[in-house]
Amino acid sequence: MEIDDFIKAIEEEFDNLNPGDVTPNSVFRDMEGWSSMHALIFVALIDSKYDVLLNGDELKSCVTINDLFDITRLKLNGGGAKA
Amino acid sequence: MKLFAKIRKISYYLPGPPLSIDSNSNNRYHASQDEIGSDLAYKAVLKLFNDYPEIDKREIDFLIVSTLVLDYNSPTTASVLHHKLGLSSTCGTIDLPQGCSGFLYSLSVAEAMISAGNARNVLILLGEVPTKAIHSEDIVLRSIFGDAGAAIVVSENNTKAIGKFTFATFGNGFDFLKVERGGGRNPIDEAWINKYSDQVNQLPFGRIEMNGLEVLRFALKEIPGFLEQTLVKNGLTISEIDFFIFHQASAFILKSLQRKCNIPEHKFISNFEEVGNTVSCSIPIALETAAALGTFKKGDKIVLLGFGIGFSCIGTVIEW
Repeated sequence: MEIDDFIKAIEEEFDNLNPGDVTPNSVFRDMEGWSSMHALIFVALIDSKYDVLLNGDELKSCVTINDLFDITRLKLNGGGAKA
Repeated sequence: MKLFAKIRKISYYLPGPPLSIDSNSNNRYHASQDEIGSDLAYKAVLKLFNDYPEIDKREIDFLIVSTLVLDYNSPTTASVLHHKLGLSSTCGTIDLPQGCSGFLYSLSVAEAMISAGNARNVLILLGEVPTKAIHSEDIVLRSIFGDAGAAIVVSENNTKAIGKFTFATFGNGFDFLKVERGGGRNPIDEAWINKYSDQVNQLPFGRIEMNGLEVLRFALKEIPGFLEQTLVKNGLTISEIDFFIFHQASAFILKSLQRKCNIPEHKFISNFEEVGNTVSCSIPIALETAAALGTFKKGDKIVLLGFGIGFSCIGTVIEW
């Protein structure tokens, strides 16, 4: 998995995002209009694309898009807690 | 002789007028202040008897009621509705308050009663008033839930029209979606009453509390496999199914499940925008609404899948 694909999928999922809006260092909670619903969208998107189901503690530990990518990759490779 | 059961008729009642909750023409219905679940179920069954005069209430020999706001802690709300409807004294009655899985749990019991020769015409009454247990500041819950009543008659049939049921319970999720207060474990007390005294709706039946992330995780983790189990148990594959009606949990959960289960859009029936999540009433309302539009043809195979509070899951396949 590549972070470019990850970012592209995020930009496609949110109507208010355009290509180039998101970088690995983007703080996702600073996204315009951020709400708890957005966290659910991230969880469902990552589950759909990578078959990895993040939990609340894992989400809380992430600040940037890169953090989300790293924890997803770790779980995909068998690391981290089971879903 | 082998006995079979069939969903014979469905009627539902929405307490109007609808309230528009956003600019996307999403509607929700709210019961009036003095109405509770059994009142909505009662209005639905009066409509059913009126619309289908061929159904003779004297022939109802079993009544199942599902509502999360019971008339009394005891006796059963089914007993109260039995009296109100003037049903036969030989009619059995039970409550089956299983939340969003309530309709299919009731259907599984009705099918079992008929197949075993213990009943011939089972009346299922559903009445839900979730809006009375939502705090005015719970914007997410207010956008999801709506009130409704539904009445379904399940009767003997010559051929098999209701398939096998699959069940699952994940009791470790009971705390993630529940009505806080109002039960024996944690009753409403003076502090609770004072806390919500400024509410127009003072939450007399408790308050719905939901951990949205855990509900989503439950749905994504368990429902796709559970759907597969339901299909396998009925000897079917996903491509042999004509339509899918899932509990109308929320627009987001439905969309996520449709995507994860690879269900084509034209086969995935949803009326969430029109009525919201009406708890146990959601599947029969979606089924009847689609039927009224002429969506189904004779012989169509329709997956019905309920899931929710508990966490519980139940699924079956019906033949139209």
